[in-house]
Amino acid sequence: MALDSKVPKGPIKDKWTDYKNHIDLVNPANKRNIDIIVVGTGLAGGSAAATLAELGYNVKAFAYQDSPRRAHSIAAQGGINAAKNYQGDGDSTYRLFYDTVKGGDYRSREANVYRLAEVSANIIDQCVAQGVPFARDYGGLLDNRSFGGVLVSRTFYAKGQTGQQLLLGAYSALNRQIARGKIEMFNRHEMLDVVKVDGKARGIIARNLITGEIERHSAHAVVIASGGYGNVYFLSTNAMGSNATAAWKIHKKGAYFANPCYTQIHPTCIPRSGDYQSKLTLMSESLRNDGRIWVPKNMDDVLAIREGRKKPTELSEEERDYYLERRYPAFGNLVPRDVASRAAKERCDAGYGVNATGEAVYLDFKTAINRYGKEQAKISGITNPSEAKIYELGQALIEEKYGNLFQMYEKIVDENPYKTPMMIYPATHYTMGGVWVDYNLMTTVPGLYCIGEANFSDHGANRLGASALMQGLADGYFVLPYTIGNYLSNDIRTGKISTDTTEFDEAEKEVKNKIDFFINNNGSKSVDYFHKRLGKVMWDKVGMARTEEGLKEAMSEIKAIREEFWKEVKVPGTAAEMNPELEKAGRVADFLELGELFAKDALDRNESCGGHFREESVELDGEQKGEAKRNDKDYAYVSAWEYKGEPADAVLHKEELEFKDIELKQRSYK
Amino acid sequence: MMALSAFFLMFFLLQHFAINILSVFSPNVFNEVSYFMGTNPLIQYVMQPVLLFGIVYHFVMGFILELKNRKAQTVKYAKNNGAANSTWVSRNMIYTGLFILLFMVFHFNDFWVPEIVDKFIEGNSQVGKDYHHHVVTMFENPVRIGVYVLAFVFLALHLLHGFNSAFQSVGANNKYTKGLKGFGKAYALLIPLGFIFIALFHHFNH
Amino acid sequence: MNLTLKIWRQKGPQDKGQMVDYKVTDISEHMSFLEMMDVLNEQLINSGDEPVAFDHDCREGICGMCSMYINGEAHGPDRGVTTCQLHMRMFKDGDTITIEPFRAAAFPVIKDLVVDRMAFERIQQAGGYISINTSGNTQDGNAIPISKHAADEAMDAATCIGCGACVASCKNSSAMLFVGAKVSQYALLPQGQVEAADRVKNMVAQMDLEGFGNCTNTGACEIECPKGISLENIARMNREFLKANVKG
Repeated sequence: MALDSKVPKGPIKDKWTDYKNHIDLVNPANKRNIDIIVVGTGLAGGSAAATLAELGYNVKAFAYQDSPRRAHSIAAQGGINAAKNYQGDGDSTYRLFYDTVKGGDYRSREANVYRLAEVSANIIDQCVAQGVPFARDYGGLLDNRSFGGVLVSRTFYAKGQTGQQLLLGAYSALNRQIARGKIEMFNRHEMLDVVKVDGKARGIIARNLITGEIERHSAHAVVIASGGYGNVYFLSTNAMGSNATAAWKIHKKGAYFANPCYTQIHPTCIPRSGDYQSKLTLMSESLRNDGRIWVPKNMDDVLAIREGRKKPTELSEEERDYYLERRYPAFGNLVPRDVASRAAKERCDAGYGVNATGEAVYLDFKTAINRYGKEQAKISGITNPSEAKIYELGQALIEEKYGNLFQMYEKIVDENPYKTPMMIYPATHYTMGGVWVDYNLMTTVPGLYCIGEANFSDHGANRLGASALMQGLADGYFVLPYTIGNYLSNDIRTGKISTDTTEFDEAEKEVKNKIDFFINNNGSKSVDYFHKRLGKVMWDKVGMARTEEGLKEAMSEIKAIREEFWKEVKVPGTAAEMNPELEKAGRVADFLELGELFAKDALDRNESCGGHFREESVELDGEQKGEAKRNDKDYAYVSAWEYKGEPADAVLHKEELEFKDIELKQRSYK
Repeated sequence: MMALSAFFLMFFLLQHFAINILSVFSPNVFNEVSYFMGTNPLIQYVMQPVLLFGIVYHFVMGFILELKNRKAQTVKYAKNNGAANSTWVSRNMIYTGLFILLFMVFHFNDFWVPEIVDKFIEGNSQVGKDYHHHVVTMFENPVRIGVYVLAFVFLALHLLHGFNSAFQSVGANNKYTKGLKGFGKAYALLIPLGFIFIALFHHFNH
Repeated sequence: MNLTLKIWRQKGPQDKGQMVDYKVTDISEHMSFLEMMDVLNEQLINSGDEPVAFDHDCREGICGMCSMYINGEAHGPDRGVTTCQLHMRMFKDGDTITIEPFRAAAFPVIKDLVVDRMAFERIQQAGGYISINTSGNTQDGNAIPISKHAADEAMDAATCIGCGACVASCKNSSAMLFVGAKVSQYALLPQGQVEAADRVKNMVAQMDLEGFGNCTNTGACEIECPKGISLENIARMNREFLKANVKG
């Protein structure tokens, strides 16, 4: 099947408006006869479900948590971008569009990104109307901060918990529709398969996680908003329950999976402290504005620090290697996320990691404290301030800026980051890849939609800070409600979809068989045992830097783990009760397939772009020597994989990317 | 509603205290005021029933509240570290309250019942009655003093939480009410201490 | 460190349930409390027992899913943290730790340490929103200036993560802090004024219907709240409630 992105004709700035003017609409009386299933109720799913219900459709929404408010969108800290230009600093729809395409290393679809930038301003208005308490200045107007290396201030925020506030906004809209009876909410339910009738998505099979009951639900269209697949690495900043099952099941039923190798590894996370570690915690990127990243220059010092014979504060400036400043004098500590992450890995791989696991670098605020302290002393008119006074003043200013982050760090690590440098290490954070969708956000299965982080859409090979929230809400509030209507206008005479059909019988049987298999398998190893092994292979060979050899090994190793999993996995308890191990088993089974496709995609893409770095594809000489080298001639396409049984047999379909409004350039941070 | 009846009772307590303290300074003034309180029809036939209703209401509501609240937590914790997050008095209002209720019975028996019997059943004239003398004789008994003192300790504990709790319940809690909280604590300690002082004063001075 | 754990085990909603003792060894002080529970569960699975079911998700203190009553306190002995942020360095080698589910008639136990908090959902469905359509045809975000003070106060109320520690800590199982925070967030913003009276009446009515107890102002909820939600929010709700009822 040839991929058709269905991008409307015309100039980029008119595409979305023209599209909206020409789509088919469903009249309100008919909307009442149409059902839509939404799987996942985070920012994208929650906002979509609420909006669709407001329009008059009957919505059934599913969440594996006990409340939509707990979706992991809630953990986003920094903010949400919008081209409002409130600061008058030259921002515009075009500039946000341009920044996003460039930040994504020219691997996203222009028309989608432009639409995202276009609706971004509306998101803010919407959220304010809902009662989201965005930060305000003293004049009572909305405040902005700057973020992630762009040249304007366009990030709106609500303290350090913008994600939670936006999600609560969508959740309140959702609640209003639940109360009206327009949304039927299924908490603690997990979708385990999609049901297709005559080639169209017509329902899902879900498991009630409290009773274990397998349920059938039908609808005229199904929307997947189940988030990203970062947990394929076992350790990530994702929630424990975040999973790819919904996305992977639809892939197996015909939806192409796009660009799985594009994963964002965030440079500033709290390092692992031992094998028991269950998840990683992100520290806001903003810390790099004031922190300097370093490791010791000499191996002796590294060993001394690891063994506790020396403290990092005892090392003189000459004994430290500020490797980002050394390698990237122009951007220094403020290089983009992917570059900073790889540089940390390079130092740790060379043996310079500063903690017991050898996987940590220092993020030092001493210079900043000193600089701020001197400034403050001048401001308060103190002449010849003592060292201690400077430090005290500087610390106060740092506390004002990052107090909550420093406190969080101290709670977890039990070290005072004002006194000794923080330790950080990169961790998997966000997946740009996902289910392939066209301009309508529809997958390759008719009537099956995918929105939010779960689709591959707008971020190309790398996502800019504060853009994930923007995309989730744009899809849910402003894009999907239009595009899905265009499709459903053909369904007004279909009538209720019966769940009493062979298609539902078969899908349910398949789901039940798998569950019975897990319960009866009586293997010898827990689900986590396999998940951790998968995670290690993914991290070591499909992590921040990838090689042909490593990827091939990864593919065969993942296959071997998968085969052992199906023989040896042990799931205690029964199917007819709340059984967290059973839930995990199903999710890990899917990760074990997705991981292999991930490696296969990374193998296919022999170029370095954004979050995907192939050691074979680097600049060989000149100023950029050793840096990532993109190959626009051979790889300016979206890889959309078609399921054919084994992940290794997946068939590649290419959507060629055209850049009409932006000129392709190599990124440089030297 | 607990809060509203509490406000009323706290106001009454203040008034009660004000009159009682007179007995320390001047037996005559005390007698005059007592006579006024005991014979004024407004006080007798309007305020007294209101007060009785207030007391009964506060207790009945307190019990209903306690029962409802117990029903809200059917299974108890095996281990509950209440002291880590709240004061003993706040968690035991029902017990301090119950003790005060028992004391009220005792107290009514001491003063209010004889008065009513004297006034309405026997129909004696109240003119020139020596209320002060009655008070002084009552406080000769050391056991009674002990009971009174203990009751006021419980009252202090009850008020220590109750005063500010009542304000919180009617919605008065913001940055302007910091002073009120201090006042509440002072009230909760000073009034019962004052009553104790009166009782001890009469015991040891006569 | 080595620890003895006394954990509430209950097979299902109808089961009577009981405390069961377990031993865990070699626990690192750097572990989070839930990682210690992971170690226990791995141990139970390997020895053929059923692992302990407990709610958890984000493990960074924001989703509000984790919900244990540890040594007599919601989210354990540390302040300003959820159970997932509680670290084992708060305990000593040889300690016995009692772990129970959140107890409240309105939070029935589903299994082991997992409780059903749907009551919170229904309270919010009763009025925890501003009735505005998500059509995008709203006025500009800066059309109504909101004082920084009001925005900050609303933000403080909005930091509630809906974990239910307030209910669990309250001797009356009262949900007033939770409902107070939700009512306050909207009461403090001009957008929320239009429906303020109906909102507070409906939410309070639903709260009572769910079987939560009444507030006797012990203040335990404020102390145990991982997000430091202030009692002022309860007072504000009471004020709003009185106002709404006086106006009729």
